[in-house]
Amino acid sequence: MPAPVNAGTALATARERALAVLGGEPDDQTLGRYLHGIPGVDAVGLEQRAAALGTRSIKTTSKAWALDRIIELIDLTTLEGADTPGKVRSLVAKALNPDPADPTTPRVAAVCVYGDMVPFAVEALGAAHGDPDDGLISVAAVATAFPSGRSSLAIKLADTAEAVAAGADEIDMVIDRGAFLAGRYGEVFDQIVAVKEACRRPDGTSASLKVILETGELVTYDNVRRASWLSILAGGDFIKTSTGKVSPAATLPVTLLMLEVVRDWHRLTGHKVGVKPAGGIRSSKDAIKYLVTVAETVGEEWLVPHLFRFGASSLLNDVLLQRQKLTSGHYSGADYVTID
Amino acid sequence: MTRLAVPKTYKLYIGGKFPRSESGRTYEVAAPDGRFLANAALASRKDARDAVVAARAAVSGWAGATAYNRGQVLYRIAELLEGRRAQFIAEIEESEGVSRAVAAAQVDESIDRWVWYAGWADKFAQVAGNANPVAGPYFNISVPEPTGVVAIVAPQDTSLLGFVSAVAPALVAGNSVVVVASERFPLSAISLAEVLATSDVPGGVVNVLTGSPAEIAPWLASHADVNAIDLVGAGALDWISLEVDAADTLKRVLRPENGQDAAAPALGRISAFTETKTVWHTKSLR
Repeated sequence: MPAPVNAGTALATARERALAVLGGEPDDQTLGRYLHGIPGVDAVGLEQRAAALGTRSIKTTSKAWALDRIIELIDLTTLEGADTPGKVRSLVAKALNPDPADPTTPRVAAVCVYGDMVPFAVEALGAAHGDPDDGLISVAAVATAFPSGRSSLAIKLADTAEAVAAGADEIDMVIDRGAFLAGRYGEVFDQIVAVKEACRRPDGTSASLKVILETGELVTYDNVRRASWLSILAGGDFIKTSTGKVSPAATLPVTLLMLEVVRDWHRLTGHKVGVKPAGGIRSSKDAIKYLVTVAETVGEEWLVPHLFRFGASSLLNDVLLQRQKLTSGHYSGADYVTID
Repeated sequence: MTRLAVPKTYKLYIGGKFPRSESGRTYEVAAPDGRFLANAALASRKDARDAVVAARAAVSGWAGATAYNRGQVLYRIAELLEGRRAQFIAEIEESEGVSRAVAAAQVDESIDRWVWYAGWADKFAQVAGNANPVAGPYFNISVPEPTGVVAIVAPQDTSLLGFVSAVAPALVAGNSVVVVASERFPLSAISLAEVLATSDVPGGVVNVLTGSPAEIAPWLASHADVNAIDLVGAGALDWISLEVDAADTLKRVLRPENGQDAAAPALGRISAFTETKTVWHTKSLR
C-alpha cells in the first residue's frame, strides 16, 4: 500500500485526491503502473477470512438489531424487462411499509429501478422521498446502459442525466468491463468522472454515484481490487459488486476484499466510500454475515445507509419472516409476507 | 478370526438427503430386552424448520404431477418395499422383539396398504369431487386439491405399519409431508426413507425426523408454513394444546388414534388433507 498522502488535510475534490495519490495524470500508463503496483490478493487467505467471519453466531437481541438494520440498509430492487409502473408502485408500497402487520418494522433505504421508472417511483413515494439518514426513502436508478454498459459515452451520459432530472437521488453505473480487462484504465476512469459530472443537478447538488464493478466478469480477485481502487480514485461514492444479472454475483470474499480497499482508502485520505453487495443475497443468515464482515473490516460506523447497502429483492421477505419468528415465537411462512 | 460388525448410522431424511441432526445430538435405540441396536439422530426444532422448507419447495412439483403419475410413483415404492422385505422383517423382529411371523405380517400389511393408497391416487378425485347441479347454464365442479405441507406425528407403537398408514394417504392427493417417526421404533422409518430416496419420489416430498415428538411437535403445530397436522401418534402428548396452536394458523388437524386399528386405511385420511375447489364454467350455448 502506498504511503499516506495528505492524511491530515481533506482534499477538496475527488480529482485532487486522485492526482495526489497517483502522482500524475490519470492516463493508461499512470493508472496501469499504479494499479499493477498494488500487491496481489492472497485468495486462500481471503476466502478463509470470509469463511471465518461467516461462522459468528448472532442470537436474540443482537439478531433482532441485525434484522432491523438489514432492512434499513436494503435497496429494494426491481430490474426486469417486464417492470411496469404498477410493479414500481407496489415496490414502493413495500418499501414504505415492509410488514403491514407490524408497524415497528423500519423502512428500507431506497428503491432501485431502471431510469425510465424513476418518475413513477418518485410520484409513489411522495413526501416519503428523501435521505434515508432522515428516515426517508431514496430513489436509485441504474444507468449507463445497464447491465452490459456496451454503448457510447454520450448515451451513457444522457441516460444518467435523464434519471437525475427525473428525480433519482442515486445513480448505479456500470464500468466498461471490456475496457478494464483490455487494460484501458484511463478510459474507465474518464467515464466514471464524466458520469459523476452528469449526476450534477442545476442547483449544484449531486446525485450519489455507485460504481458497479460486475465482479463476476472481472474473474480474478486481483482485478476486483484494481477495479475498486480505480473506481474510488475516479470519485465513486459507492463501489457495488454486481448488476445481479451475471453469476456469480455478490460473494462474501469479494465484498470483504472491496471493504478492505475502502478501509485502506480511508486510512490514506480520511475519505469514506460506501460498499454495496448486490445479487444473490437471499437469506437473513447470509445478510448477517455481511454485517459482521463490515463491522470487522471497516468498523460499525459503516453500517449506515450512506456507507453500506444491500442490493436485494427477495432478501426483504426472508428478513421479515425471521423478524416475525422473533416477535411471535413460532416459525412464519411465505403466506404472511407480501409477494412483490 | 472374528469379523467386526459395521453398524448402520440412522440419520434424518430432509429434502432428499440424509443429514445428521443440525444439533449434533443422537439417542440410543434399544431392543425391548435392553440390547443396544443403533444410534438414531435426535432431531431439533431447526431440523423441523429445515424439513418444512424442503417440504414447501417440493409441493408445487408433487402436486403438479398428474394423479396418474403420482399413483405410478407410489406403486413403485411398494415394489421396492417388497424387494427389501427381508431387511424390514429383520429390523422389526429386533426392535420390537416380536417373532419372525409377526414381523413379516406387519411388513406385508404395510406393503398392501401402500398399494391400496397408490391405487386411490387417480381415483379419489372422482369419488371426493362432484359435478354440482346449479340453476343456470353452467358447469359447477368441485375438485379436491392438496392442502400443501402436512406435518405428521406417526403412530408410536409400531415400526413400519403406523408410519406407512399415516404417510401414504397424505401423499396421495399431492401434499408433501414432514413426519416425526416413532420415538421407540425409528429404524424402519429411516430404512423406508432409503427406499423413498431410491424411488421416483422427488426429494422433499417426504421428510423424516427421528427423536422426541414432545419436543418437535409443538414447533410443527405452530409453524405458519405448515398447512395441516396429523396428530395420529400424539396420544401420549399434550395434544390438546397442539391443536390449539394449530388453530392459530387455521391448520387442518387429525386427532390422535390409539390401539391396533390406529390410522386404519380410509378414504377420509386422504380427503382430510385436501381443499375443495369449486369452479363455474359456462355451458356451450351453440
